[in-house]
Amino acid sequence: MAEKPSPRLPEPDRPWLMRTYAGHSDARRSNELYRRNLAKGQTGLSIAFDLPTQTGYDPDHELARGEVGKVGVSIAHRGDMRTLLDAIPLEEMNTSMTINATAAWLLALYIVTAEEHGVAEDQLQGTTQNDILKEYLSRGTYAFPPGPSMRLIADTIAYTVAHIPKWNPINICSYHLQEAGATPVQEIAYAMSNAIAVLDAVRRRVPQDLMGSVFGRISFFVNAGVRFIEEHAKLRAMAALWDELGRERYDVQDEKLRRFRYGVQVNSLGLTEGQPENNVYRIALEALGLPRPWDQQWSLRLQQILAYETDLLEYPDIFDGSKVMDGLVAELLEGSREEMHRVAELGGAVEAVDYMKAALVESHRKRWQRIESGEQIAVGMNKFTSTEPSPLTAGADGGILVVDPEVEAERRAAVDSWRADRDQNAVDEGLRALAEVARQDHENIMPATIAAARAGATTGEWAQTLREAFGEYRAPTGVGEAVAAGSEDLAEVREEVERISEALGRRLKFLVGKPGLDGHSNGAEQIAVRARDAGMDVVYEGIRLTPSQIATSAAQEGVHIVGLSILSGSHRELIPAVMEALREAGAEDVPVVVGGIIPEADAVSLREAGIAAVYTPKDWNLNGMMRDIISLVAERHGVQSAVGA
Amino acid sequence: MADGRELGRRLRDRDLTAASGALNLIESRAHDAREQAGALLAEVSPSKLGGEAPAHIVGVTGPPGVGKSSLLSRLVKHWRSQDRTVAVLAVDPSSRRSGGSLLGDRARIETDPKDRGVFIRSTAAGSRLGGLAPATRAAADALAAAFDLVVIETVGVGQSETEIADAADTVAVVIQPASGDVLQFLKAGIMEIPDVLVLTKTDLGAVATRAMADVRAALLALGASSTEVCAVSSVPPAIGIEELARALDAHRGRLDLPERRRQARRRHALENYVVEHGEQGLRALGGRLQAERWLNDQDPDLSVPDLERALTDRAESRG
Repeated sequence: MAEKPSPRLPEPDRPWLMRTYAGHSDARRSNELYRRNLAKGQTGLSIAFDLPTQTGYDPDHELARGEVGKVGVSIAHRGDMRTLLDAIPLEEMNTSMTINATAAWLLALYIVTAEEHGVAEDQLQGTTQNDILKEYLSRGTYAFPPGPSMRLIADTIAYTVAHIPKWNPINICSYHLQEAGATPVQEIAYAMSNAIAVLDAVRRRVPQDLMGSVFGRISFFVNAGVRFIEEHAKLRAMAALWDELGRERYDVQDEKLRRFRYGVQVNSLGLTEGQPENNVYRIALEALGLPRPWDQQWSLRLQQILAYETDLLEYPDIFDGSKVMDGLVAELLEGSREEMHRVAELGGAVEAVDYMKAALVESHRKRWQRIESGEQIAVGMNKFTSTEPSPLTAGADGGILVVDPEVEAERRAAVDSWRADRDQNAVDEGLRALAEVARQDHENIMPATIAAARAGATTGEWAQTLREAFGEYRAPTGVGEAVAAGSEDLAEVREEVERISEALGRRLKFLVGKPGLDGHSNGAEQIAVRARDAGMDVVYEGIRLTPSQIATSAAQEGVHIVGLSILSGSHRELIPAVMEALREAGAEDVPVVVGGIIPEADAVSLREAGIAAVYTPKDWNLNGMMRDIISLVAERHGVQSAVGA
Repeated sequence: MADGRELGRRLRDRDLTAASGALNLIESRAHDAREQAGALLAEVSPSKLGGEAPAHIVGVTGPPGVGKSSLLSRLVKHWRSQDRTVAVLAVDPSSRRSGGSLLGDRARIETDPKDRGVFIRSTAAGSRLGGLAPATRAAADALAAAFDLVVIETVGVGQSETEIADAADTVAVVIQPASGDVLQFLKAGIMEIPDVLVLTKTDLGAVATRAMADVRAALLALGASSTEVCAVSSVPPAIGIEELARALDAHRGRLDLPERRRQARRRHALENYVVEHGEQGLRALGGRLQAERWLNDQDPDLSVPDLERALTDRAESRG
């Protein structure tokens, strides 16, 4: 009699790579944190860089103001990278770097540091995120126009496949698309279309016989929200599409090379500021702010419990053969193929950035409307809102890590003395050679980049050289195409806008500004769209504006009110800077409101400094915000308002 | 309420910081604001200035996505390098039924925010399809007293350049390779022949060369020998910007500027009058032709609001 096959795996699976996204302030402080995390059983590194490093500015650049060391570590040259990786065995380490526009540069710094450790580049293991399209669509840390950016990606892929075979040169991110409002179908379709654009770009730069290895090195970074079943089906659909792409479009014969390799990060779009403890059930991992070492340990221990205490790793695919799962996957595949077709018809993902951005803003707008109407429930936010005081945010630190405000000044001085101490001729020569290669489209950017890193060039110098060669770029905001909202509540707001505009003599004009390098534009976009739907003239220029750009716009446009959105924690530096710039531009009479992740203590001091209102994620009712704006303008101009605060 | 006469005086003295306040008045529909705006415009009328306003008013129009903003970034930089001050009036077509609009164009024009010699103002086109915002022409007239260049930027093809031609001294239509529809519009006479035709994205190589040949052939067939064609590329290294600036200057040099501006003012005044008083008002003037003839006999240096008032007075005296 034949033995019944065991439903178990013959041997438990190996646990996944465990690491928490970490880094802040400078290289020395982050190095200490990494070594502590590794001692606790973390099995890899995941480096978070600050926004100036991600967008290619040195700590002393005007745009870096307030952002240095905030959301990650500031790395300006190979000296910083050396300190960051001090006493960490690079030959054993698997290092993931969340770096995109400047990925080629940070990879070069990593290679040069390994060289100093005596580790050859072909021994290195890790990942550079290196996905630029999702930066245009969602995350905002792009530096160059689409064409040259795709070339940088293709160059790093071509280089690593030949020289660092265990490196994952790109992590195609569907994660951030969901954060920007993508439905599961959009998340799948845009990520796959993005992958096609990348692979097509590489195909033009490597010999055909390498395409199998190229395909095998592409990995994905996927979002997992709380809709557990659907999210699982999404992953299965992506695996199926990926296999199909490998076979049909790129002729990859080896099945192993067609395996869908991905990492998952839990969703943060669904997190609520009210009752933060509920977020533990939603994600268990992420905090609304920079996590403290204790939060990181909390997250690591959860993963260790799942891996070592539960029986998760003892079984193969537990959904294999599920009718529900198969049905869901089929649905997602159909929708995704249709959407991929649409993108292809527009000329591919690069050409379709405007279309995809507008589609995401529109999806997000619909999601927001469902939450406002109560159709979509967010526990603790629009339902079951009565609450006890939370001990989680009661501590003096407000539950998040706050970066020492001295860090920025330290970093400015440090980069200055680095420049003074290096061999300037070698740097000049390195950058000159880089500029030359940048202009020759058929050459690979990596060797010249590595040489410049070795010579001691800085992050800002590398990026500036390429900005001069490639030009600068502003991504589409996607707001112009969003469909107008309609609700009774809004009709009332609209009437009030008409009435106030009539009294003012011209239409209420509202400037929505995003100062600093923070690219999280969801909030600003939704406010801009809603204000337009409420009948206002809205000046919205997208992300990454300097305080003086915002002030100049406010003054020249003759706006009645200014709204600022900041999510990177740099409000304490940037908002006073904007206020000062407004004074200089002669627009000090214009009321200013601020929205973002702003602790209550900061909100109090902002209001004292003359900010008319402060909004946080708790204030999710956009129409309420519109009423406040109307009444603030009415009050400032001595007009009677029928609505508002 | 801001003092219109004072703002007008400041513009006449080329005080660029008066620009924003001046436009706040000009855009306003409130009764007392309109009176102040009238006083402002009178201060910058040719009679007060001792001749036409010194600025070159340039209209820049074309279909969406052809690279108007990148082109303007380069042009503005070029003009600033010659120490010429620039005002840009960006007219945005995105108005909605709600009456609201999203104005995002100014960010696409790269400028140094600390440079007070550049001024950018966006306005919604309002309900008028492809047309100018009602206050844009008045705004251009006012700013022309203070700036060296006033650019009116609009989106569209077929209608907007006709309206722009009424407000600008020189009209440049911007197209890109594969803007075949624009050439069709030109040939069919739907679109007026521009003073300068700009072909962008000439870094596209063979496609651009072919497009250039098509444009020249189309203009030749129309007998439009005076239209200059400029090929530019705004991606680094930028190409053709100086040549374009020269072509714009050259067109202005050939113009009978006082005549063009005078005609434009008279047309604006009559249009504004008709908007205010309708067909009945027009009949009170003895019909459009009569009104036009009468306007031609008025003081050539009167501002638009003064001409409007004169028309109203005449209608009353005839009635």
